[in-house]
Amino acid sequence: MNASASEKRLEQLREKAWQEGVVPGRGVDVIGGPIPRKPGYYGEPVVKPPVWTWEVPLYFFFGGIAGMSAVIALAALLFHHVDLARAAMWLAAIAGAILSPILLIMDLGRPHLFLNMLRVFKHRSAMSMGAWILTAFGACAVPGLIALELHAHQIFPGTLDQLLSFAAGIFIFGAAIFGTLLATYTGVLIGATAIPAWFLHRTLLPIHFGTAGLGSAAAVLELLGHRIPALNFIGFYAAAVETALLIWLSVAKHGAADRAIHEHGSGWLIRIGEVFNGPLALLLRFFGFIPWAAISFLAGALVSRIGWLAVGKVSGADPEAVFASQR
Amino acid sequence: MIGEGLHSTNQRKHSYVQDHVEVGFFTDPSVCIGCKACEVACKEWNQVPDDGFTWTGNSYDNTGHLGASTWRHVMFLEQDRQKGDQIAGPMSLGDQDPFRWVFLSDVCKHCEDAGCLEACPTGSIVRTETGTVFVQDDVCNGCGYCVVSCPFGVIDRRPEPLPNAGGAFKCTFCYDRQKSGLVPACAKVCPTESIVFGRLDDLRAQGAKRVQQLQEAGYSDAQLYDPTETSVRGIHAFFLILGEPEAYGLPPKPQIPTIYLKSAWTAAFATAIVSIIATLLAFAFSS
Repeated sequence: MNASASEKRLEQLREKAWQEGVVPGRGVDVIGGPIPRKPGYYGEPVVKPPVWTWEVPLYFFFGGIAGMSAVIALAALLFHHVDLARAAMWLAAIAGAILSPILLIMDLGRPHLFLNMLRVFKHRSAMSMGAWILTAFGACAVPGLIALELHAHQIFPGTLDQLLSFAAGIFIFGAAIFGTLLATYTGVLIGATAIPAWFLHRTLLPIHFGTAGLGSAAAVLELLGHRIPALNFIGFYAAAVETALLIWLSVAKHGAADRAIHEHGSGWLIRIGEVFNGPLALLLRFFGFIPWAAISFLAGALVSRIGWLAVGKVSGADPEAVFASQR
Repeated sequence: MIGEGLHSTNQRKHSYVQDHVEVGFFTDPSVCIGCKACEVACKEWNQVPDDGFTWTGNSYDNTGHLGASTWRHVMFLEQDRQKGDQIAGPMSLGDQDPFRWVFLSDVCKHCEDAGCLEACPTGSIVRTETGTVFVQDDVCNGCGYCVVSCPFGVIDRRPEPLPNAGGAFKCTFCYDRQKSGLVPACAKVCPTESIVFGRLDDLRAQGAKRVQQLQEAGYSDAQLYDPTETSVRGIHAFFLILGEPEAYGLPPKPQIPTIYLKSAWTAAFATAIVSIIATLLAFAFSS
């Protein structure tokens, strides 16, 4: 607001106070006297809500898919489903080595300084660990994919091909290990903050993000046409875990401290998301509507991540939630 | 301290940076007159851009809260008369006072264990020789993780179109001035020495003495706000407050978010292992 608009607003308020004796509105609390009745200091936030925008929940979504795709690729390779392993590694490389870094860099306040993320290694910073996990994942997934493709197409003869096959195995194993961390660390990232609705659910969040990643990876591969019983089993497993988490979330209430989840609209995003990737996906899969179960799971995984980010903004701006979480 | 004039630690040149002495701010609302000179001095010295010319209607406070472009913030509390007497000395109206007015200049707390510093993935946020917490602007890439890791809601990312937008900013404890032996701008300019700069141990002793003075004068709710009992382990910029910390928007038991890491990572590792096992079992049973 510029100075003249601010003066104009003041004039309006004076006029209203003159006519009606009372002026309701933000920051205007004159009814019955000058004592502030808002919680804390005029209702101002005690902690700062996150500044993150839409890129971050999308990154959580794609990072989860990428990481857990590598796990599926490793299992597929071990059990000789080479075509599935190739598709899963393509998914891991595209979502994890291209989409995820782009989204992360876009969210930075100074994107051109993104390489500063790799200046230090701090195990006590989940953001630093995440940057290294994503880097390590990319460094395994891309060579793993290349080696696997070269091996699958039999480009090189004899010993070189055997070497490629071996290298593919090693790199995909690495991608699977870092992949599980890539899919779960995001829960640690927002769980270890000063935002009450987040840190009160710091054990639920990594389980939710990791399992949603696994289910989403299986769902994308199913939608790409790989309808095998193993992926169906993973779909059942992930949806069952998400159903349990939905129940856990509705039981583990912390009163005013996490009321953003239970009383605010953004909490509905989490619950609707959890219904889609929990009970609904389970039911659809049970009755054999596999593509619909996959779509339902993916939609739920995305919506609940958007919900968790939105809840953080509401909870961080709520002074009473911070006070309640510390009493 | 009050009445020391030129001998006050707020006026003297010092060599705390060179001598690696722990320094601090002691902010005492019982002598603050709400002039906001600290806010102005901070803005001028550090060339901090404006934070919006909005009218909040919250008493005489149009600053609102600390942020990327607000490193000192004078709070204007209008407390219930029942909470205690007005600190106005001979100017007090006694029982006629409609409410108790308290002014307090808020600032970055410079925690002993700082959430922002631990969270920073670039190493931009560092601890200085004097124990304060400093953001190196040329290193910060604006990831925003310090913003949600500060238990006091101090540090914030500066939005466009302000100068140096995108980076995280907060009070520097006038590190540049300190290196030259000068007192931070806010403390230097404070006309009543409500903001005192000096050696942390000296200030803690002074603060305790002031609390005792006020309590003897009948202000029974005077106390120091210095959370040494929580995981923050004390702050370099501590306050004297009248009444509950909540009224000042100060968290009663601030915690550094790194204490949540253990349980969160345990859940993450467990999920990682279970996911691998579940995937392998899925393939083992269906092949």
